[in-house]
Amino acid sequence: MHLSIALVLSALLFAAGIYGVLARRNAVAVLMAVELMLNAANLDLVAFDAWFKDQLHAGQTFALFVVVIAAAEVGVGLAIVLSLFRLRDSVALDDATDLADRDPVRRPVEPAR
Amino acid sequence: MTGADVVFGLLGIVCLAAALLVVTARNVIHAALWLVVCFGALAGCYLVLTAEFVAWVQVLIYIGAVVVLMLFGAMLTRAPVGRAQPLDSANRPVAALAGVATAGILVTLVIAAFKGAYVDIHHTAVGDGHVLGTAIFRYFVLAFEVASVLLLAALVGAIVLTRQERD
Amino acid sequence: MTHWAWLLPALPAFAAVVGLFAWRVIPGGPAVPAIGGTAAAVVVAIAVLADAESNPLHATSSTTSWTPTGGVALHVGTRVDGLAAVIALMVAVVALAVQVYSTAYMAGDPRYASYAAEISLFTAAMMLVVVASDLFELLIGWEVMGLCSYLLVGHYWQTEGARGAAVKALITTRIGDTAFIFGIFALGVGAGSFDIARVTAAAPTLPHATVVAGALLLLGGVVGKSAQFPLHVWLPDAMAGPTPVSALIHAATMVAAGIYVVARVYPVYLAAPVALTVLGVIACITMLGAALAALAEDDLKRVLAWSTVSQLAYMAAGLAVRGWSAGIWHLLTHAAFKALLFLAAGSVLRALGTNNMSEMGGLWRRMPVTFATALVGAGALAGVPPFAGAFSKDAVLDAAREHGGGLGHAVYAVGLVTVFVTGAYVTRLIVRTFLGDYRGDASVRLHESPWVMTAPLVVLGVFAILLGAPVLPSSYGVARWLGRPAGTLALHVGAIDVVIAMLISFAAIALVGWLWSRRPAADPIDVLGRFATPLRRAFFVDELYDVAVVRPVGVLARAALGVDRRGIDATAVGSGRAAVLLGVGLRRLQTGNVQTYLSALVAGMLIVVVSVSVAVAT
Repeated sequence: MHLSIALVLSALLFAAGIYGVLARRNAVAVLMAVELMLNAANLDLVAFDAWFKDQLHAGQTFALFVVVIAAAEVGVGLAIVLSLFRLRDSVALDDATDLADRDPVRRPVEPAR
Repeated sequence: MTGADVVFGLLGIVCLAAALLVVTARNVIHAALWLVVCFGALAGCYLVLTAEFVAWVQVLIYIGAVVVLMLFGAMLTRAPVGRAQPLDSANRPVAALAGVATAGILVTLVIAAFKGAYVDIHHTAVGDGHVLGTAIFRYFVLAFEVASVLLLAALVGAIVLTRQERD
Repeated sequence: MTHWAWLLPALPAFAAVVGLFAWRVIPGGPAVPAIGGTAAAVVVAIAVLADAESNPLHATSSTTSWTPTGGVALHVGTRVDGLAAVIALMVAVVALAVQVYSTAYMAGDPRYASYAAEISLFTAAMMLVVVASDLFELLIGWEVMGLCSYLLVGHYWQTEGARGAAVKALITTRIGDTAFIFGIFALGVGAGSFDIARVTAAAPTLPHATVVAGALLLLGGVVGKSAQFPLHVWLPDAMAGPTPVSALIHAATMVAAGIYVVARVYPVYLAAPVALTVLGVIACITMLGAALAALAEDDLKRVLAWSTVSQLAYMAAGLAVRGWSAGIWHLLTHAAFKALLFLAAGSVLRALGTNNMSEMGGLWRRMPVTFATALVGAGALAGVPPFAGAFSKDAVLDAAREHGGGLGHAVYAVGLVTVFVTGAYVTRLIVRTFLGDYRGDASVRLHESPWVMTAPLVVLGVFAILLGAPVLPSSYGVARWLGRPAGTLALHVGAIDVVIAMLISFAAIALVGWLWSRRPAADPIDVLGRFATPLRRAFFVDELYDVAVVRPVGVLARAALGVDRRGIDATAVGSGRAAVLLGVGLRRLQTGNVQTYLSALVAGMLIVVVSVSVAVAT
């Protein structure tokens, strides 16, 4: 089969994942979009593994490792989301802006006399 | 245009449509369910590419554990079941732009680079458990051990993060 | 002994340092180093004079050469001839009298320690001017004197009058000092050395323009320090300082320093006669103008200040008509009787607490010693024989007449008129202050001053009598010691001059006395009615300077300040504000929203990918 079909599918999945990460408000929804991106990478790995006829099956092996890491990441990520939820009763990313640099209280600047 | 192409193409369409629905669904639970569909289609794609073990692992872990975990997470964080709050942030236009740009660039690159590439699925070794097991434990055993430590760390980390102080 | 002359500035300087830093640990307080240092200086001055007297014109000097800037060499050392020795002794004696007097006058003043130290420092500086062998050395002493004058006039700095007067004195003399410095440059560079002996020796051979420029520029400093027209305005206001300061600085020493410098480098002036003419013209204007201003002042010390200006003009006039010895002799006698008058005035002021003569009168009963000594001083000032001032003044007039020419006759005429006016204001001073009935506050307890104050008065009174007595051997003793340079007139006092001056003076005394006896309570000057106003305002010179100089400078200063604030400060502050605004702008990027950051990340990544692929493809 044509390799490019798999690669195009992977690219489009990745793009969808990027859209999801940047556009969604709910933290869990963002995590889902991240999973999409990871899966796109996985598809790439497996497709190239098949194309190369790799004896070591490095592509598939690493696809497995990606799954492992993705699982670990989702676990920890959801733990963080849960902590965030416990803190402020909402997981909307729009509201989690504590790291913002707010304008300080305006003090008039006096030239040195 | 072989049969593999056709099957893969159909599975790909399903997968893509599901993915788009994941990122545009208004309900988080629906999004999770669409994610299940997407992963399932992907597992089919792996099967077409003769990666059996990966396909089963995909179903087991991704659908069976990850999505379930996400559903738990969504419910624990009181995700509104139903069409209550808008689920998309104000960043939508930028995000759409970024998504479209990414898609365009990557697709262009890929087609330009691998236009005539052809996967010979009939003469590749099927990636079943025996083959993959041999590969992992013979050539990638160190990475395997590290991955297990990573899982342990993630486990511990998740527990620590979600512990609540008892008064 | 003359090679110990360096002790003359060193001893009072040491006393100043000790008195300023260690007065708390010295038993007896700050007066001990002050009086001790000055007394030691008197002893050294007597010894130096005794040595110099035996060879008047031979100046002994010990110098060390020094070239800090690599140009014309400076020499640091002392040059003591008869002139220097006599003046040094005068300075030491007056300083000692003032220091002793100040222990009582300034008793209870919280800043007495710094006052005594400043007077010692001033004495050291004046001594440096007197015995300096190098023009730059002289300049150092000159400038330190200016500093001490500023500090001492501003002693009562809590009053606005003293603050203003100190600044006015400093700035006015500074204007003269600027010309003075350039005069020194001109002469030093022209003669190839700043050493006074070499400059005076080279004076006849220098190019005429250099000598004239140097002489005229030096005159600038003289006019400033010796309070001649047009830089005379600071001296009456400097009376805001303590009275002993006025006695020392503004009567006997600092103001005489200008005259001394002219005498010191007199060969330069002989080589530039136009400078002498200028000096003579200035002296004539000042002589008469200041005497008329003294006639209308109500403040006792200001009368004496104007009198000082007028008498300094006499000395300057004497030098201008080549009457070198006459001018210096008048300097010496003036030091004695003017210091005496100022200290007597201080005695009166301390008892009454007011300076105004309209609140005095009838003090002769309660303050007899002060009255007697003041009478001696007044007689010397008015030119009544046998007091000192009479003969020295007559010597000046005699020199003027002998010199002849336009300048000589002008000096003679103006001098005689001034004798009349001097007699008038002196009489007015005596009758208003000491005679008649007391017009002041009845609650003030009138008493004679303590002996510590009256003793110096008596000593100075003795000098005021002795310095004039023509009982000294040939060429009038003092003149023999001084040793005049070649080309100057010999000291001579003709009997005719004495008689004429005496008659004029007595006429003035009689006139004022008669005016006073008619209406004892009124000011004799009031008889002039409206014409007294220009006299009272000192011919409006101060007002003229205010309009012509002070106000434009004030406008310029405010403009400069405005440019600094609005232009330069604004630029500096503005760049600071711009940086702050830039920061505020950049701060908007930090929204805290993760998705914003990620969008930026993705955008950057895409741009990089595109750039790399394009680069690789081409």
